[in-house]
Amino acid sequence: MTSTHPAVELDGLTKRFGAVTAVDGLSLRVQPGEVVAFLGPNGAGKTTTIDMLLGLSRPDTGTVRVLGGTPDDAVARGRVAAVLQTGGLLKDLTVGETVRMTAHFYRHTRPAAEVLERAGITDIADRVVGRCSGGQQQRLRFALALLPDPDLMVLDEPTTGMDVEGRRDFWQALRRDARRGRTVIFATHYLDEADAYADRIVLVRQGRIVADGTTAEIKNLAAGRTVRATLPGADQAALAALPGVDAVEVRGDSVLVRTGDSDAVARHLLTRTAARDVEITSRNLEDAFLALTTAQTGA
Amino acid sequence: MTTSTPTRSALIEPDRRLPALGGFAPGALLIELRRVLRNRRTLAFTLIMPGVFFLIFGLPQSGQSLDNGRPVTAYVMISLAVYAAMVATTSVGGAVATERALGWSRQLRLTPLRPAAYVATKLITAMSLGLLAVVIEFLVGAVAGVRVPAYVWLLSGLAAWVGSLVFAAFGLFIGYLAPAENVMQIIGPVLAVLAMFGGLFVPVEVLPDVLQQVAKFTPVYGMGVLARAPLTGDGVSLAAVANLVVWALLFGVGAARLFRRDTARV
Ligand SMILES: Nc1ncnc2c1ncn2[C@@H]1O[C@H](COP(=O)(O)OP(=O)(O)OP(=O)(O)O)[C@@H](O)[C@H]1O
Ligand SMILES: [Mg+2]
Repeated sequence: MTSTHPAVELDGLTKRFGAVTAVDGLSLRVQPGEVVAFLGPNGAGKTTTIDMLLGLSRPDTGTVRVLGGTPDDAVARGRVAAVLQTGGLLKDLTVGETVRMTAHFYRHTRPAAEVLERAGITDIADRVVGRCSGGQQQRLRFALALLPDPDLMVLDEPTTGMDVEGRRDFWQALRRDARRGRTVIFATHYLDEADAYADRIVLVRQGRIVADGTTAEIKNLAAGRTVRATLPGADQAALAALPGVDAVEVRGDSVLVRTGDSDAVARHLLTRTAARDVEITSRNLEDAFLALTTAQTGA
Repeated sequence: MTTSTPTRSALIEPDRRLPALGGFAPGALLIELRRVLRNRRTLAFTLIMPGVFFLIFGLPQSGQSLDNGRPVTAYVMISLAVYAAMVATTSVGGAVATERALGWSRQLRLTPLRPAAYVATKLITAMSLGLLAVVIEFLVGAVAGVRVPAYVWLLSGLAAWVGSLVFAAFGLFIGYLAPAENVMQIIGPVLAVLAMFGGLFVPVEVLPDVLQQVAKFTPVYGMGVLARAPLTGDGVSLAAVANLVVWALLFGVGAARLFRRDTARV
């Protein structure tokens, strides 16, 4: 391998914009070869963190090391490449020209034809960028990022604004390209994307990491359900003692149970108590976030 | 096992050096030039319109002479060559605004291309288009019958071209000042007014007295005087040279400062 350094070392990163603390003491270490999803809601601080990671902005406090060096050096040597959420393209160049022009800025790149092929846009190489769909433009950005054959690839919400088919094509291109040894970090809102393409998920909220684990571990956090029922005078302790129950909340005559085993809770409520109007809903990612942040402040 | 793709470690090491000249590359410059020459708007305003102006405003004065006996049509042609060159170089420099608005500058910051190399590419592109603009204006003039000694063609052409460097800097200055995508629509009329004061459409001498005094301090005046001097035989005044130098410095320093602010990490 090229080095024994971690691919990314973020240490105590903080970034403020006026009164907003976009990133709040964030530390993260990513080993070479890991595929990491940066998962979080709008405004969580994903883009701000990625900007600092790429050297596009400077942290107020904390340090960034990329592949053992500074972000600027890693960029200049083509060791890190990125698909940005906001990076633009020249509308009046063709797809092929954009790739060839960008290739000229590097010391050495993979052949233009190869990256076009790997990004799945060979057939539109002669098309003017302004006439490409959002998804095609995103795959062009991906092709540009492939040019230097980077050790670290960073993608900030690469499929935002794409339809289902566009998203699938994009991830297929990324997966086709997935090579042993390349570290990938991508930001996303979508748990399913993180699930399908990452080995590790880092959950961010309000500029902090609220959970960090394997895909399976994080999925469990979001996999539970909420059982709601009308049950005056519910016995909170009894409910909490049921297998799989994470939390029990009483709101007036209603009781809400967060659980990994909704069947057991429903069965209990319907057979052992006077509960009525039983509803079972899947917990979504937002619930998982809420659960996580609540758990953290409680701890 | 044989495979067409080398292993990562074998592939990478020798290639991870920094690019020469901060990523400045003739290949990228060629694509940039092609791109500029494909832009219909640029072509219309820098290569076609000044030629048409000559046919409309210059040609009818065929047969008339300046004080030194040289044709008036040559005076008009040289003035319009200066105009063509300044519009050409401004539009290339000003395109930086579009590229910033589109986010291309941000994209470039993820490549080894150094900002200075980017600006160098823009300047060379601007001056190439400026040269083309002068040559085409002169070709239109020559075909339409303008006849002056070879040294006038050469020196006037050179002065018009070199002088347009001021406007390449002006374009960059505006490009880093304005966040707009359509910046040339705003600068176009400004350039026309400046050209007016620079005596490119009518001789400065026909303007009202007050405006004549003002004109001497406007940025086109110096390059206009210098470009026409080989034709008119008038001496080049210190004021004209000073005008050119001062404006070149002002726009150059202004562009450099804005450029540095733009590329600063926040
Ligand atoms: N340049 C800026 N000026 C002021 N506030 C900013 C700036 N950039 C980001 N912020 C704020 O910092 C916070 C984090 O923003 P950031 O863009 O990093 O979030 P994100 O996780 O990428 O969100 P999204 O999923 O919407 O892309 C937000 O509250 C945002 O409004
Ligand atoms: Mg973002």
